[in-house]
Amino acid sequence: MELLVDLLQLSIYGIVLGSILTLGAIGVSMIFGILRFAHFAHGDLMTVGAYVGFSFLALTGLPVWWALPAGMVGAAATALLVDRIVYQRIRRTQPVILLISSFGMALILRSVVQLIWGPQVYSYSSDIQRPWRIGDITIIPNHVWILLAAVLIVAALHLFLTRTRMGKAMRAMSDNMDLALVTGIPAERVIMLTWLLGGALAAGAGVLLGMDSRLTPTMGWNILLPVFAAAILGGIGRPYGAIAGGMIIGLAMEISTLFIEPSYKPAVAFVIMVAVLIVRPQGIFKGTL
Amino acid sequence: MIKIDQVSKAFGGIHAVENVSFEIAAGRITGLIGPNGAGKSTLFNLVAGLIRPDRGRITLQGEDITGRRPHELFHRGLVRTFQIPHEFSRMTVRENLMVVPAGQAGENLIQAWFRWGRVRREDRRILEKVDEVLDFLEIGHVADELAGNLSGGQKKLLDLGRTMMTPARAVLLDEPGAGVNRTLLGKVSGAIQRLNGERGYTFCLIEHDMDLISELCDPVHVMANGALIASGPMHDIRQNDHVREAYLGGGRLVDHRGGRGGERR
Repeated sequence: MELLVDLLQLSIYGIVLGSILTLGAIGVSMIFGILRFAHFAHGDLMTVGAYVGFSFLALTGLPVWWALPAGMVGAAATALLVDRIVYQRIRRTQPVILLISSFGMALILRSVVQLIWGPQVYSYSSDIQRPWRIGDITIIPNHVWILLAAVLIVAALHLFLTRTRMGKAMRAMSDNMDLALVTGIPAERVIMLTWLLGGALAAGAGVLLGMDSRLTPTMGWNILLPVFAAAILGGIGRPYGAIAGGMIIGLAMEISTLFIEPSYKPAVAFVIMVAVLIVRPQGIFKGTL
Repeated sequence: MIKIDQVSKAFGGIHAVENVSFEIAAGRITGLIGPNGAGKSTLFNLVAGLIRPDRGRITLQGEDITGRRPHELFHRGLVRTFQIPHEFSRMTVRENLMVVPAGQAGENLIQAWFRWGRVRREDRRILEKVDEVLDFLEIGHVADELAGNLSGGQKKLLDLGRTMMTPARAVLLDEPGAGVNRTLLGKVSGAIQRLNGERGYTFCLIEHDMDLISELCDPVHVMANGALIASGPMHDIRQNDHVREAYLGGGRLVDHRGGRGGERR
């Protein structure tokens, strides 16, 4: 009985972590699908989004929720800027060069965050939240809001990808690049949009992560590994697979703490990622996702 | 419609296409045949702008299009399909056709947000066009199927459908019959004939199926080792000694449809 309660409680944490990972993984997956490289600066893009949101709150005094749109605008602009300054110039070289420069970009973004905001720890709100109790299970209100926000963001993205022309053009480009170019899909505009969306989603993950815990300059970098694990599990290049991948990794990481030290959580994500890469490098889902 | 004028292309020391000239006449279905490695696909790639010729000129309705990029040609009305059909496999058949027409309001990010009305009207117009194309090709029943799940023949029809979504009137078909089962082969060739007869499309097609060639094409051009070795109606081509030699080292150019199973290749 006690085990069941623990399991339920950890599942709630897992879903919350999973929804944060999902937002990051969708961005990583979309960028890989269209630009064909693993974007290592994605974690630090999350950090940028979280800090921009924080500063927006500090400057305006608006309620905590405003950190989300503000952070999204900030990170989307940063992503686009980085692409124009760095990635665009080397796009026609080998993917490995893009990958290494994104690694460098990660370090640069993190240093900029430290330079502007300093190394200290911030949090969005100092209020102490009273958890809700349902039987033996406790639910922190913030967790509900985090999940709700993630669901809304993913739903909006889904509508964009399936209902709008540019959304379809994005899917077409990640599906079959050659055909997309021959049919005159505006590649450059799709790439810009990919960075805007990837950046906004990263900021979503960053802000929600900041609400769940605190803001530190390494918050995004630390979560990058599980984000990649989620993207790979769902089949990299497939945004819909990333949703399931994020949830599975999030749940696995939290539930694993029943058996092992919580500090080994990221190792669980890593083990799953390596296992998937060995057994099913195309991701665990077949076909459409 | 399309004039190929003394076009040559070499890869390393190999002359893939050597001084080839012929015309793809408007409103006709021109055939291009030849043994494997004759340079047919390279010639298609040269015309469609995927590679640049070393020498020679290609014109489309009098306008020089030598070395133009594929998407420019696409919007000028010249399209090339591939031997292995290309499709957006994780999108539905309907979506595959919807993404084709470019330059619409929905593509401009600002308009997409502020001019919903216009974007919607345009989307509706495209959807109508898509349904019309699906009807014409008789693949309406798979409209909501993922394109990756279609059979080889249905993918070829989708290729044709994609060209129908554009203002394209000249289409280069690379082996429209390859990998298509017998039933659908009739549909594919029927669609080509109707597009040609009813809608005035100009086709040039590479094909190994001699029955399909003689059913559809006039005139037929024959390439071997990068050069054009014969041109004329299929009836004459069959009697041509050079062609026989190129194909079978002196043997006869035969039909082999009778001996073949349902699915080719």
